[in-house]
Parts: sequence; structure tokens; C-alpha cells
Amino acid sequence: MADDKRIDQPTGTSFVGHEWDGIEELDTPMPRWWLYTFYACIAFAVVWVILYPAIPTLHGATPGTLGWSSHGQLNTELAAEHDRRAPTVRALAAIPVEQIPANPQLLRAAQEGGRSVFKVYCSQCHGSGAAGAKGYPNLNDDDWLWGGDVATIQQTITHGVRYPGDDKTRMSQMPAFGRDGILKPAEIEDVVSFVRLVSRQEPASASALRGAKTFANNCAVCHGDHATGNRTVGAPNLTDGIWLYGGDRDTITETVTNARYGIMPAWGSRLDPVTIKMLTTYVHGLGGGEKSPSKTAQTRPSTAAAK
Amino acid sequence: MSSPQDLIGEEHFFEARRKVFPKAVNGTYRRLKWAVMAVTLTIYYVTPWLRWNRGPFAPDQAVLVDLAHRRFYMFAIEIWPHEFYYVAGLLIMAGVGLFLVTSAVGRAWCGYACPQTVWTDLFVHVERAIDGDRNAQIRLERAPWGLAKIAKRLTKHSAWLVIGAVTGGAWIFYFADAPTLAQSFARGTAPLVAYATVGILTATTYVFGGLMREQVCIYMCPWPRIQSAMLDEQSLTVTYKTWRGEPRSHGLKRGDAAAANALSADGVVPSLVALANNPALAARIGDCIDCNACVAVCPTGIDIREGPQIGCITCGLCVDACDGIMAKLDRPARLIGYTTDLDMRIATDGGEPRPALARLLRPRTLIYFGIWASIGLAMLFTLGGRTRIDISVLQTRNPQWVRLSDGQIRNGYTIKVRNMEERPRSFDILIDGVPGAVMWSDATDRIHAVKSVRLDVAADQVAQMQIFVAAAGTGAARSDLTFTAHALDSEGGVARDKSFFERPEQQP
Repeated sequence: MADDKRIDQPTGTSFVGHEWDGIEELDTPMPRWWLYTFYACIAFAVVWVILYPAIPTLHGATPGTLGWSSHGQLNTELAAEHDRRAPTVRALAAIPVEQIPANPQLLRAAQEGGRSVFKVYCSQCHGSGAAGAKGYPNLNDDDWLWGGDVATIQQTITHGVRYPGDDKTRMSQMPAFGRDGILKPAEIEDVVSFVRLVSRQEPASASALRGAKTFANNCAVCHGDHATGNRTVGAPNLTDGIWLYGGDRDTITETVTNARYGIMPAWGSRLDPVTIKMLTTYVHGLGGGEKSPSKTAQTRPSTAAAK
Repeated sequence: MSSPQDLIGEEHFFEARRKVFPKAVNGTYRRLKWAVMAVTLTIYYVTPWLRWNRGPFAPDQAVLVDLAHRRFYMFAIEIWPHEFYYVAGLLIMAGVGLFLVTSAVGRAWCGYACPQTVWTDLFVHVERAIDGDRNAQIRLERAPWGLAKIAKRLTKHSAWLVIGAVTGGAWIFYFADAPTLAQSFARGTAPLVAYATVGILTATTYVFGGLMREQVCIYMCPWPRIQSAMLDEQSLTVTYKTWRGEPRSHGLKRGDAAAANALSADGVVPSLVALANNPALAARIGDCIDCNACVAVCPTGIDIREGPQIGCITCGLCVDACDGIMAKLDRPARLIGYTTDLDMRIATDGGEPRPALARLLRPRTLIYFGIWASIGLAMLFTLGGRTRIDISVLQTRNPQWVRLSDGQIRNGYTIKVRNMEERPRSFDILIDGVPGAVMWSDATDRIHAVKSVRLDVAADQVAQMQIFVAAAGTGAARSDLTFTAHALDSEGGVARDKSFFERPEQQP
């Protein structure tokens, strides 16, 4: 190139020697500040390479003298977040779950915390919006198998339902009336007619009248004389419009014949009490939460679950 | 310009800056620049301290960008984040306004109102007060380092840094209550971001206004590039009237025998009278005496006689300088002046320049003005008609509906009511569209379901509420449901939002 020092006459600048379609590049000097900024960037890059992980190796990168790592930064941020939440968590730990709604700030923290925990641990069965599915209760409605006040919900979440390995788990078992030969198929058909009658899905019939007697002898002990259920044993109310497995004739027949045995894990052994309080508050606030019973009702001795 | 020989044989990695030492000048445009500087700096420094009473629930600062609470106050106007299109509209107006100004009066923004120009001008004057005028500055620059030079340099750079700090200091007052922030800033208890902002703006003001100056305009700023695309033959530019000035009478000095012979008997640079008396001379000599006054005063260090160029910010200081020289020479003013390329050509051919009004009222300026004015009017119109309450309803989508034990269907909604007045207000929320529907909030329960719920919204705030609506279990899968917020105070006012009430598909 040195032998090709031609000068562009109008500007007095020398050519670099590159040419594209007759357009030639001039060796126009940079402004000094631009050049110094460029040098500063190079210096910055050198310092960066020394201080931070930079050059890739087979199993990672050069460590850098500051000891920085993205994992380390994440841990720092998690620790900071933990510290930030600590006062709220302490307050939630100290307050009984029934009193959380009286404190709007704690209520909001508990509901939002419960919402995200719910998505992680509960949504697999109950759905991300807690709308449930066949066999998994809808937590938005006002129908509760075991009770819908905060203390009851907290108990259910902590110990689960029919969960092996938890002594305090909610326990009950419906007999398989058909499979075990307790009722004959015709009797089952009559009982189903009766259940369809009390849930206002079918008009009265001779079958339903016969079923009433069978119901009184076999089912009323748990579901109640008026088929309105019994929360101490998690026996559903059969007169309302909500069905856990389905209210059509085939499904009810299937339920009476083979029974149901839904299981929910006991979360008390996996989640800390504060998290369970948050979950309780969230579930209670979905729209179907019930008021806590008065003190006298609360001290009522709970009957043992029917095995 | 370096000669080609300089460039050969030596590698140049950078173009060394040729430092500009603008000479002081006085005249029409200098006075105009003083006035513009006074007005713009006053606006900048005084605005945050103006007060505006908005009642007890809102700040009393006339112009305030309240980032923490996401509000922008400008006198009687308060802008919420959702109304950010007003700010976007202002920015568009500013952009179109620049085009309008450019097509009407050329680069007037660059020459007079641009902060870079105003602050550079300020820095140059401070420099002059300390170092003296152009010649003294050049002498000082070349002088070896000594106590006096060190002292002068220290004084100058300190003064610049003080101006920079005051500039940055004023900026932060637009973002917080000025008197409070000033106190806490002085006590050292202001937020870190305030000190950082002042520090950064001090540095940029000092570097741009003191050290880089014309390089910002020539190398960094995109506007001169846009400008060169926008100029046409009707654009007002600072123009050296070649037809009058050339050929320059440079070198025709007193006592120069050859020149004296060539020009006149007494050997002085010919006056107009002399030229008028000697048509042969007049035909050969232009008005420009090549005194370089126009170059000496130029803040960007260009020679305007080379024609329009990117470095010319059209500040008009060379006009003042040349006018002063022309007056001394008893020749007509405005050898250099604001004119258009078209007028220049007309004048070269000996014609009369067109009237300024004809130049201003051409389609381009009128179209720009039309666009600019319609955006402004549209914004004023919507600003006048905007409501100060608003309701927005978000239907719960997961689940869309919930069957209750008595067979009814419940839908959930999150409603937000916005109160943009600077006083607390109460609202009744009503629903309409689904027969027999009742509502309750998450604060009560279904036993207390009613036809309307009350919501109190604090001054200048948004209140949020969870609403449940229940209706018969049979009916259309999707019905319109309108939520209405009625303001309960004497001023009243209504806001509506449409949503839906959804039920399961009916079994056939």
C-alpha cells in the first residue's frame, strides 16, 4: 500500500487502496476524541477480562479475580429477597390464620403468596384457577366436602385426605356397594333414582321411592337422612348442584357400585406452616370461603371418621 | 486544511482538533442571541420553582415529573401514565416544529435555541472573562506553563464545573419537590440518584460546553445531517454574497505600489465612492477585503465564504462581524447575511430579492404548520374533553364460571376505578344486563349480595375491588354485563365498562 499513495485532489486525503465499483475509500483521520474513546474501550475490555469470567474453556470459563458467578449473584439476590420478605413471613408466622383477613396488608401478602404456591403444588390436580376437575374439587364454589372455614381448610391442607403416613389425615371410605355385593344391581338402580330425585334431576318415580328405603338403610349414616352430607366424614351433599365425579345416572351408578377413594397429599410435611397459611388464605378467598364457626361450635367434639 | 504533502509519509490516526477561539462581536444577531440565552436559561432554572395550588392531595409544583407516583404535572394539566400519548404528541409536535422552523427560518434552532449552543455560548463568555478575547486566548494557549497560566486555567475550569453543577442541579428539581429536594440535597440526605444525576450532568455539561463545543455539532449531532437533507433553494441560510464580495481585495494594502497602481491614486482600499468614480476598478474588485473577521468570530471555526456547510449553525455572528467592518469601510451592510439560495441567484443576476412573506407562505411551510397545528388542536380538544373518572372491568377467566351449590352460576370480576380528581370520591358500582343478577365484593359474602356496591377511591388514585356476580344457572352462555360507576358527590359523573357474564353451555 505504501507504494500506492495517491491523493484525492478535492479533499487532499490519501486513498486507502480499497475500491468497490469505482468507489474508493479515503484514509480520513478519526477525530481525536473518537480514537481515545476507542482506546478506553480496549482498556475497559482488558480490565473486564481480568476481573470477570471471560475466556471460555472446555468446562466453563476463566474465573476472573473478583470471583463473580451468575449462580453467586442469583444466590445473593435470593438471599436479599428472603430478607425483604422476612418481616412479612415473621408476621404471618405469629398470627393465627383466622386473624389474617383483619390485617389488609398481611391478607394481600398471604393471598399473593398463596396464589404462586398454589400454582406450584396444587394446580396439577385442582387446576391453575382452582376450578378442579372430575374427582378433584372445585375450590371456587361454596360446596365443601370437609368444611370451608379457614381452620378447616388449613387442617385439610396440612394433613391431606386419606393420605397414608399421616395419622391426622382426613379419613373416610365409602363402601363399594356393588363390587362387594352389599347391594344388588336393581337396588343400586333404585338408589341412583333416589339421588337423582333429591338433586332435582329426575321426577319422582317408583324406583326412587324404593331407593329411598335403601338409602335410609345404607347411605344415610354418612350422607345424612336428608342426603345433605356430613362434613366430619367428608360425605358430599347429594342434594346440591355440584358433583365431584358427575351427577348423571351412569356416573352415580359407577360411584355407588365401586365407590370413590380420592387422595390428597398431606402438605404439612413438605411445606412450612407460613406457606400453608398463605395457601389457606388464598383458597379461602377464592369466593367460597366460609366464616369461622363461633367458639361454642368450634369446641364441639369431632366424631371419629368412619373407617 | 492540511496539504497533501503533510499526509504523505506520516501516518495520521486522528484528525487533531483545530481549536476555535471565537472573537467577541456585537451587533443585531449577537443581541438576539443574548436575549434568547436569557429567556431559555431563565425558563430552565426558574420553572421548577414555580408553584401551582392543586389542593391538599397533590403536589404544588407547577411543573413536576413525578416518576415515583407516575404523574406528570404541568400547571393545570395532570397527565397519568395511560395518557402518555399526550407526551408522545408533544414530542411529535416538537419534531414537526423543528421541520417547520427549518423550512421557515433555516437552522434557527441550531443557531439560537439548542442547549448545546446556549451553554457553549455561556462557556465561551466565561472563558473570555477569564482569559481575554481571541488574541489573548491564542497567546495564552501558546505560552509555556507558568503560575499565571495555571491559575487562569484552574479558574476557568472551576468556573465551567460550577456552571455544569448548577445545570445538573437544576435538572433534578423537575423530578421532585424543588424546595424539599434542595434542602435535603444540601444536607446530604437526598436520594443517591439525585447526586448521580447531578454528577453525570455536571460532567456532560462541562465536556460538551467546555471541551467539545463545535465537535458535538459537527461529529455527534444527527440534526445537521437531517438538516442537509431538508435544505432547499428557499431555506434561509447565512450566505456570503459572492456576487458582491468577489474578487476579494486581499493584499491591496496601503503602500503597496503595485496595488496602488492597480487601484487608485491614493493607494487605500477603494471606498464605494472611489469605486463609483472608477468603473474599471469597480468591475474588478469586490466588497470583501478578506479581513477574516467572519472566521474569527465563528463559534464552529468555519469560513462562511466557502458556502453553506454542515458546520454552520447559522448563528449570524459572522453577519454582525462583517457588518461592523462594512460600516467602517462605508460600504453597505449584509455582505454576509441571511438569505436563500434562490434570492442569492436572483441578486447575482441583478434582480430584487422576493419579499419575505412570499418565502414564508409556500406549500412546504404551510403543510408543516398544518400538521403541527392539527396535532396541537387535537390534543387540546381531547385534553378538554377527557373524563376524570374511569372504570375498567377484568373478568376472571380461570375459571370462567363457578356453579354454586344452589345451581346458580357465579362469575368473578376485578374492577378498577380511577379517580383523577385531587380529592377522595365515593362511587356506586352497578351492574346491568343480566336479569336477577346480584353482586357482592370479596369483603362481604353472598348472603349480603346486593344490586350495587360502594367503593371509596382516594384522591388521585386507583382503587381495586374483587366483585362476584351470581345469576340463574340457565340462560345464554354469554350475556353482556355492563358495570357503571356513579360518582356520589355533588359533581357527579358516570363511567362505564362492558364485560360479560358467562354460563356453561346448556345441555341439549
